[in-house]
Amino acid sequence: MTNADFSTVLPEVILALYAMLALLFGVYTGKDKVAPLLTWLTSALFAVLAFYIGLTGEGATAAFGGMFTDDGFSRFAKVVILLAAAAILLMSEGYMAKRNLLRFEYPLLIALATVGMMVMVSAGDLIVLYMGLELQSLSLYVVASLRRDHVKSTEAGLKYFVLGALSSGLLLYGASLTYGFAGTTLFSGIIQAADHDIPLGLLFGLVFIVSGLAFKVSAAPFHMWTPDVYEGSPTPVTAFFATAPKMAAMGLFARVVHDAFGGITADWGQVVALLSVLSMFLGAIAAIGQRNIKRLMAYSSIAHMGFALMGLASGTAFGVQAMLIYMTIYVTMNIGTFAFIMSMERDGHVVTDITALNNYSKHEPLKAFALLILMFSLAGVPPMVGFFGKFYVLQAAVQANMAWLAIAGVIASVIGAFYYLRIVFYMYFGAETEPLDKSMGPAQWVFLMASAAIMVLGVVNLFGIEGPATAAAAALVN
Amino acid sequence: MNNILSIITFLPLVAAAILALFLRGNDAAAQKNAKMLALIATSMTFVVSLFLIAQFDPADTGFQFVEERDWLVGLKYKMGVDGISILFVMLTTFLMPLTILACWGVDHRVKEYMIALLALETLMLGVFCALDLVLFYLFFEGGLIPMFLIIGIWGGKERIYAAFKFFLYTFLGSVLMLVAMVAMYVDAGNTDIPTLLAHNFGSESFSVLGIHVVGGMQTLMWLAFFASFAVKMPMWPVHTWLPDAHVQAPTAGSVVLAAILLKMGGYGFLRFSLPMFPIASDILAPLVLWMSAIAIVYTSLVALAQHDMKKLIAYSSVAHMGYVTAGIFAANQQGLDGAIFQMISHGFISGALFLCVGVIYDRMHTREIDAYGGLVNRMPAYALIFLFFTMANVGLPGTSGFIGEFLVLMGLFQVNTWVAAIATTGVILSAAYALWLYRRVVLGDLIKESLKTIKDMTQRERFIFAPLVVMTLLLGVYPSLVTDIIGPSVAALITDHQTALADWPGATQIADSAMQTTGH
Repeated sequence: MTNADFSTVLPEVILALYAMLALLFGVYTGKDKVAPLLTWLTSALFAVLAFYIGLTGEGATAAFGGMFTDDGFSRFAKVVILLAAAAILLMSEGYMAKRNLLRFEYPLLIALATVGMMVMVSAGDLIVLYMGLELQSLSLYVVASLRRDHVKSTEAGLKYFVLGALSSGLLLYGASLTYGFAGTTLFSGIIQAADHDIPLGLLFGLVFIVSGLAFKVSAAPFHMWTPDVYEGSPTPVTAFFATAPKMAAMGLFARVVHDAFGGITADWGQVVALLSVLSMFLGAIAAIGQRNIKRLMAYSSIAHMGFALMGLASGTAFGVQAMLIYMTIYVTMNIGTFAFIMSMERDGHVVTDITALNNYSKHEPLKAFALLILMFSLAGVPPMVGFFGKFYVLQAAVQANMAWLAIAGVIASVIGAFYYLRIVFYMYFGAETEPLDKSMGPAQWVFLMASAAIMVLGVVNLFGIEGPATAAAAALVN
Repeated sequence: MNNILSIITFLPLVAAAILALFLRGNDAAAQKNAKMLALIATSMTFVVSLFLIAQFDPADTGFQFVEERDWLVGLKYKMGVDGISILFVMLTTFLMPLTILACWGVDHRVKEYMIALLALETLMLGVFCALDLVLFYLFFEGGLIPMFLIIGIWGGKERIYAAFKFFLYTFLGSVLMLVAMVAMYVDAGNTDIPTLLAHNFGSESFSVLGIHVVGGMQTLMWLAFFASFAVKMPMWPVHTWLPDAHVQAPTAGSVVLAAILLKMGGYGFLRFSLPMFPIASDILAPLVLWMSAIAIVYTSLVALAQHDMKKLIAYSSVAHMGYVTAGIFAANQQGLDGAIFQMISHGFISGALFLCVGVIYDRMHTREIDAYGGLVNRMPAYALIFLFFTMANVGLPGTSGFIGEFLVLMGLFQVNTWVAAIATTGVILSAAYALWLYRRVVLGDLIKESLKTIKDMTQRERFIFAPLVVMTLLLGVYPSLVTDIIGPSVAALITDHQTALADWPGATQIADSAMQTTGH
């Protein structure tokens, strides 16, 4: 291990060391009493690392003989992941403390999961990929069942674990096939083996790897775990599932298909297009019947992953750029929406039924308006920023001669608009019922308002994320 | 003043933001302030737009008052008006203060109502001013949000069904247009509307899923745009959302919907379909003409059978929009002039008719025609105004309604005599349903017990109608006020259209195959 290699993985090492030291600190001092402190500290560290990576990183470096890549793409994804994780931790502190869930392991498991995600988006080798993925997944299995005295939460954790293990198995099987036929686990080696005319075994390997990744991004038909896990986990954990890991899994997806299989775009393009179209329609249609807002958001995330995959399916640099912009907007919207969902309670008890929002706009006009903006943004109605995400992926699809995919996507988005509108309908036109509690944590309030404001003000220039996204995509696809 | 269009467009939005951020409380005084602020903002917008029309040069057929700034990569914030769009801007700014006045009696969530109306005005003005494809789409779709809320919150009993139907129907139409817009962007590498107007989109025939598409890419894009504009217009058979939306919307919502929002469809045909896809327009024009003819006759007959006043006027709007689409796709000077004239005139007349319904609805809280009768005995002023606009709706010479219909029929006659003949029967049918409505509501003896105490129009209500009466008469006796402004731009549009058609090698093929089919 040389110094140069070490400095490339510095952020990951810092975060991993921090998590272990904080664990010791937690165990030998006040245990759960230091949990608030650790939450703040972890979140601050995330923010610092995000700024460090975002501001100082430049160029592309491959460390450890190409096993770990630090380039524009990985930096873009890491900044989004870190900021999203920091935001979720900040706003979940109040919720967790109120329900005695704020154990000191919680921020540390999130930190370890984040290390895993950072490794995932930087992976340059199948083994590193698997290592990052498992570090992330194992931490998430535990946080999903954080509420260990609650049936649904434990069920969520177990379900996530069993299905996650299955998907890891698929991925490993694909990785071993790929290794067998390419003779190497390095992406830079695989791409040479997988050029134009590829052996059938390699193609099988590709399909299995893609299936495994589709599990992680919860794309249909590998989505089955999502609604149950979203519903069963404590809301802040659900919020976390819906944001940072999605970005990481998408980043990894793009990384594998372009860095390792960039020579055979046409082969995986069709598979990804199929995943995309299935996810968009399944997410749109299955959500119609949902009354539980967490399940609804689960299906919404499946539909959104479908759209992000549409960008990837085009197989171009622009497609990757569109996917990155889409994911960033999606993560921002979800942070705001989940900040609101966390605050949903009546007489101090958590409520997740959407009918509880009846006439909400009368009691809380400002918060209702913020949620209205987020819902229209999720539905992709202009002038909200959510529309631009859709615009970019549609453009990528049309450019790649996949107009059919674009048409399927917009039709799915009309179907999907129905359930977002229904939330607006409950808030604004619903019947009079017992109102929700007015209280909302200050952090939650800030994130809800900030997210809604971004969705409106972003129309000016998308806060300049276009430039970095272009650079990131150019770094990945060449 | 080279950013006058941005000022006009965003002035109402600024007022909406002020209302949202600074106005507190929900007592009578706060409600009054909200209404006053909205009235002042919309009136100021109108005054500024007067400067716009004063400085507008009708002889210049290009875009004027153009503003251009960089936006996202490849997109531009570009605004501008030409002879076709400026009158729609004027129509919007003129009608909005009257609309605000018309909802003076609302006392339910007044502040939000005003914010929604002001935001809607910005979005409508943006549609007519935008010179960038994506900017246009932004305004075009954005208008759905405030309108969804207006129908859903302040509407009638079935408002939720109507609001969802309105939103999803129009959204489905528009997203297909979005795909076509993206395809245009990819094809031309630009979203600038003036550039796209000069761009030749491919028209080589090809096959999609085994179907032979004459006119190729142009036809597919034309169809996608058609899906959006035909729903918005609305054309038969996709008009069914309109009666529901109208009936359930509050008076102000109906006025805005009929007078301005429907015109976006016609404007879209004029701005995109006809000039950008001339060949597809030519191939598909017979389809549109026949659909318009069916719309005129069918919806007029449906209007005859209505029991609800608003529904009747809504169907009458669909019939009148049939003239507009027929005029546009006749693609000659009279047809286009007539179509634009008809849209402007219908803006005044249908707006006024919905206001007329609003006047008695505010008093009796019913729109059932059977609940009325003999209003002339207690409401002479109302009877007079309602008569005037009924006549204008019928197309009586001397009112603006006549000019529009006459020009369209004249243009249509040169292109397709059969369609013109059928469309002309619509004039008779419109007289039938409009006069019958008038007889049932206003004439006869006042026998209904509930109507015995009904009061005539207040000063405020008379004041709202005065400008509409003036405009309807003025345009009826002096139509060159409008045709002078639109004339040169329309002439330029037609010249470009003809040139594009003449250059198309497929024109003769189509003619040949048509000859063969008729020959067999």
